[in-house]
Amino acid sequence: MTAASPAPVLEVSGLTRAFGGLVAVNAIDLAVQTGQIVGLLGPNGSGKTTALNLMSGVLRPDSGSIRFAGQAIEGLPAHRIARLGLARTFQLVRVLNGMSCAENVKAGLAFHRPPLSRGEIDESVDRLLRRVGLANRGGLPASGLTYIDCKRLELARALALKPRLLLLDEWLAGLNPSELLIGIELIRSLKDEGLSILLVEHVMDAIRSLCDRCVVMNSGRRIAEGRPDEVLADPAVIEAYLGVSTDA
Amino acid sequence: MSPTQIAALAAGGAGLVVLALLPFYIDAYYLSLSISLLQFTVLATAWGLFSGPTRYVSLATTAFFGVGAYTVAVLGELLAWPLVLLIATAIGALMALIVGISTLRLSGLHFVIFTFGLAELVRQLVIWYEVNKTRVLGRYVFVDITQSDIYWQLLALAVAVFVIGWLIARSRLGFALRIIGEDETVAKHCGINVTLAKVTLFTISAVFITLVGAIMAPRWTYIEPSIAFNPTISFQVVIMALLGGAHRLWGPAVGSIPLTLLFEFLSTRFPATSTLIIGIVFLLIVYALPSGVVGLWERVSRRKPEPPVAPQVQA
Ligand SMILES: Nc1ncnc2c1ncn2[C@@H]1O[C@H](COP(=O)(O)OP(=O)(O)OP(=O)(O)O)[C@@H](O)[C@H]1O
Ligand SMILES: [Mg+2]
Repeated sequence: MTAASPAPVLEVSGLTRAFGGLVAVNAIDLAVQTGQIVGLLGPNGSGKTTALNLMSGVLRPDSGSIRFAGQAIEGLPAHRIARLGLARTFQLVRVLNGMSCAENVKAGLAFHRPPLSRGEIDESVDRLLRRVGLANRGGLPASGLTYIDCKRLELARALALKPRLLLLDEWLAGLNPSELLIGIELIRSLKDEGLSILLVEHVMDAIRSLCDRCVVMNSGRRIAEGRPDEVLADPAVIEAYLGVSTDA
Repeated sequence: MSPTQIAALAAGGAGLVVLALLPFYIDAYYLSLSISLLQFTVLATAWGLFSGPTRYVSLATTAFFGVGAYTVAVLGELLAWPLVLLIATAIGALMALIVGISTLRLSGLHFVIFTFGLAELVRQLVIWYEVNKTRVLGRYVFVDITQSDIYWQLLALAVAVFVIGWLIARSRLGFALRIIGEDETVAKHCGINVTLAKVTLFTISAVFITLVGAIMAPRWTYIEPSIAFNPTISFQVVIMALLGGAHRLWGPAVGSIPLTLLFEFLSTRFPATSTLIIGIVFLLIVYALPSGVVGLWERVSRRKPEPPVAPQVQA
């Protein structure tokens, strides 16, 4: 399963997007090999979320290409990209508050192509809730969940798409130290199942222990790329983090 | 089916029979009032079908209603009645598709303004055509349809709008629309074609509204653009749906019945100030009952301990 074939599941090159005069993402190159976790790092405002938005189809790139599982997806609408098997979570957690936990997960299951059967959906809802640590909570309204449980639920919804690639936007942010350990283990177990992950993260422990490779951005540009220990020791990266803003 | 569902179905069926026999027992005044009640119930329910889950406020009701009425005014004499209704359906659907595809990417506020403008635009187009081409502003509606016929057709349409609304709520489309109403970005990332879902529902809703206009046209023997494209109808329908609660299929009907009676009363007693009073009623509803009577009732009944039953498929 995890025998990493060298084929990249995601290959981004020259990705660029400007907001007015501000080039939020500037000629970014990046690749995620099948079965790998790649970290996308950078100080606040460096363009990480914008880059994810370009990949998941929230925004259209001005230029550059995005190949996902061998197919060009730049500029495709978000629902088509999701159907191809690219799932994500959001930096500001997005849970469907008017629905139950089970319905939140069902949202990720109900629109597969070809459609799943009712039985498959019900079975998968239970399995996914268990998977993220929300077993037996399906009937509860999502609005009553704690912060970490909202994050778990959002992850379950993303996994419900049966993704080949998962984009996590600061999924570990805001967790307390013990929750953080649980969260890191959960992400690691997803990798062990063969899922490829692009991880936007500020938590250094998580980056060191999870990532195979890292890409560091600053002011929209890629300033470093390599193994986590290499990148975090890179003088340009240290300067970016210390020079631009004092980061959490 | 559970015994309660069977009982509800039986009660509904019996109620329907009683409603269907009503024209034989009531006089012309009450028949006319019943027609108004049915008309607004179908309009508000059809409006809620789209606007409830998507939370887009459409003021295009009168545009579709008027197009339905004009279809009858133009074709009523020439073709068989079912064919006229079929053509009205097709025109309403086509217009909804065009409007939907071109506007449902807009934000909520832009959509409100656009739909209001649309009604006015269609009215002006009809006026321009009548004045320049046919050289008369009004038309006589010559069809052989009695008030009782109108009543029965509206009753059938009411049944249809509830059955279709119920089917949609249980379908994948209904689920998709609930997700869109909660968070459009999440909906897209779940693989939902948001535009297609919205346009589909907008079209279904618009077809019902167009058919109400067509069925109601013979009630007037003479129509002109200001009658068929009366903007007040658009606002009345919004108020009714919001009073009842547009997030549930049967919510708008809860609002349409008391408000039809109120508007009827106001327009006979205070014809000059009725619009003002409608406006005040509207503000009161929005401030006091943001999720309508149905929402209020649900909140009150939720405070009581809930019986331990399995959750039903939600509407
Ligand atoms: N929709 C938008 N319109 C205008 N400017 C935007 C938009 N989205 C992002 N930006 C700007 O683009 C830049 C990059 O923002 P982005 O959110 O991608 O940064 P980030 O790396 O995710 O930061 P953080 O670590 O704080 O989440 C910022 O200057 C931001 O203000
Ligand atoms: Mg961000």
